Amino acid sequence: MASLDHTPADAGAERPSRVTAVYVYEAPVRLWHWINALAITVLTVTGYLIGTPLPTMSGEPSAHYVMGTIRFLHFAAGYIFAVGFIFRIYWAFVGNHHARQLFVLPFWRRSFWAGLIDEAEWYLFMKSRPKKYIGHNPLAQFAMFWAIGLGSVFMIVTGFALYSEGAGPGSWQDHLFGWVIPLMGGSMALHTWHHLGMWAIVIFVMIHVYAAIREDIMSRQSMVSTMISGTRTFKDDDPD
Amino acid sequence: MQGLETFYEVMRRQGITRRSFLKYCSLTAAALGLGPEFVPQIAHAMETKPRTPVLWLHGLECTCCSESFIRSAHPLAKDVVLSMISLDYDDTLMASAGHQAEAILHEVMETYKGNYILAVEGNPPLNEDGMFCIVGGKPFLDQLRFVAKDAKAIISWGSCASHGCVQAARPNPTRATPVHEVITDKPIIKVPGCPPIAEVMTGVITYMLTFDRIPELDRQGRPKMFYSQRIHDKCYRRPHFDAGQFVEAFDDEGARKGYCLYKVGCKGPTTYNACSTVRWNDGTSFPIQAGHGCIGCSEDGFWDRGSWYARLTDLHGVGFGIEANADKVGLTAAGVVGGAVAVHAAISALKRAQHKEDNGSNGSSRTGDAA
Repeated sequence: MASLDHTPADAGAERPSRVTAVYVYEAPVRLWHWINALAITVLTVTGYLIGTPLPTMSGEPSAHYVMGTIRFLHFAAGYIFAVGFIFRIYWAFVGNHHARQLFVLPFWRRSFWAGLIDEAEWYLFMKSRPKKYIGHNPLAQFAMFWAIGLGSVFMIVTGFALYSEGAGPGSWQDHLFGWVIPLMGGSMALHTWHHLGMWAIVIFVMIHVYAAIREDIMSRQSMVSTMISGTRTFKDDDPD
Repeated sequence: MQGLETFYEVMRRQGITRRSFLKYCSLTAAALGLGPEFVPQIAHAMETKPRTPVLWLHGLECTCCSESFIRSAHPLAKDVVLSMISLDYDDTLMASAGHQAEAILHEVMETYKGNYILAVEGNPPLNEDGMFCIVGGKPFLDQLRFVAKDAKAIISWGSCASHGCVQAARPNPTRATPVHEVITDKPIIKVPGCPPIAEVMTGVITYMLTFDRIPELDRQGRPKMFYSQRIHDKCYRRPHFDAGQFVEAFDDEGARKGYCLYKVGCKGPTTYNACSTVRWNDGTSFPIQAGHGCIGCSEDGFWDRGSWYARLTDLHGVGFGIEANADKVGLTAAGVVGGAVAVHAAISALKRAQHKEDNGSNGSSRTGDAA
């Protein structure tokens, strides 16, 4: 797309014969991505502060509602995260085939694993030129599937199980998720699992942001702008 | 043994007036969270039903449950329950001993076959064929299985019987095992706590005797009436928690002002019990009121889910260092990944620069191609 910026004068000399652009991420997927990113940020910060609260506020307790506010933000962001995730599952069914990648691990497809190894070699500097992919590359899909596809489920289930403790017996949270508490070995253990899940997501986010920027610069296709415009552009027209 | 006497007859024989009896019925209804309309129902049940004998066995334990039970603080509850439940066998409390005591056990088991309640305090150790706990010359494990066989229901008193407690803490050399993992064919009511609150114990037993059924249980087999809420949900220091006012150290201003003990490791938010409502010793106080956080004694595995003075569980039991908690593990992992990302980024930049040079010298750079 960079070619569009060229002035007419040198257009004939510099304009490449063909640059492919594919519409990959539909608007609802992009919207979900950024809302989800915001929700994860709020959840991580408030979640950490619930485990390790801020320094004590002095004065009358009626003058403050710090912990209450932090917990409210956590619960509100949690609901947004959960509802967004349910919507995202729905969109996997009605959206284009790229919308399904997040929830699918093509375990039995040989070419997937070959592609994953190939991409891993590119990341280990063993290859000087990666392959082109319209959707996620196999390594990205692998990470996405575990961290976001299943990681979200884990955090939503454990999160609502914790929420059911406050909502109380008989609440819908208790009916749907209360069974998780004894399964995880009690309330304290469940808290610890949820907390470790947060760190797993933090680590995923670090790798995700780094890889997206690096791919944007070094791979053969657009990356960051694709999650804004939805369009994947390629930097070359080589067949492979 | 009193044959087919009713509770009411036993109580009258023990010199309790009808007025006291009715007061007791009201009190029981209130303690069980039942409305006033249940009072006549309780009174009627106690006047007409033959009392149910309770056999109380002691396994690997510290006897704190018994200590708590005999202090059932409300005078009425104490007097009546102790005479009423016809505690026909309790080797710690009963007057008889030795062969005489064991004879009573057998007699009750035969007379009330399938109709007595077995209360178990402590738990059986399974290692070495149960040799770590011998009662009457036999492993407690054998006695438990023998008495449980004809019991109507089993009450697991305290955290030992319910969860294993201290003797089942890692590495659990005697393989102390909670009752429900040994006896699997009987209804089991868990009344965890180290010890359980006296009024909770008498409340559970009274409910079972008067209504002739086990109380409604939650997913973990605990009576809902006493274990459906966390200490935290009814804690009188909760406003300080919501306000973000915490005791940071046990000798600070916050501790003197009675702020929330969350930061010094209070397990109230993860512990299901009635301490913050029923309290202890005739409703005098409970740990948090005394200025110490809840240690979560009624939760499964509370000895292994330390520390009692830190908010986050230490994870050394699952292969991490002794001081490790979720944050330390997470932060270390994030640090390692962050470092790896930085190194990777540096190498990537170098490779890219190298490539550009190569491409530049060849004079065949492709538009926008990095690799």
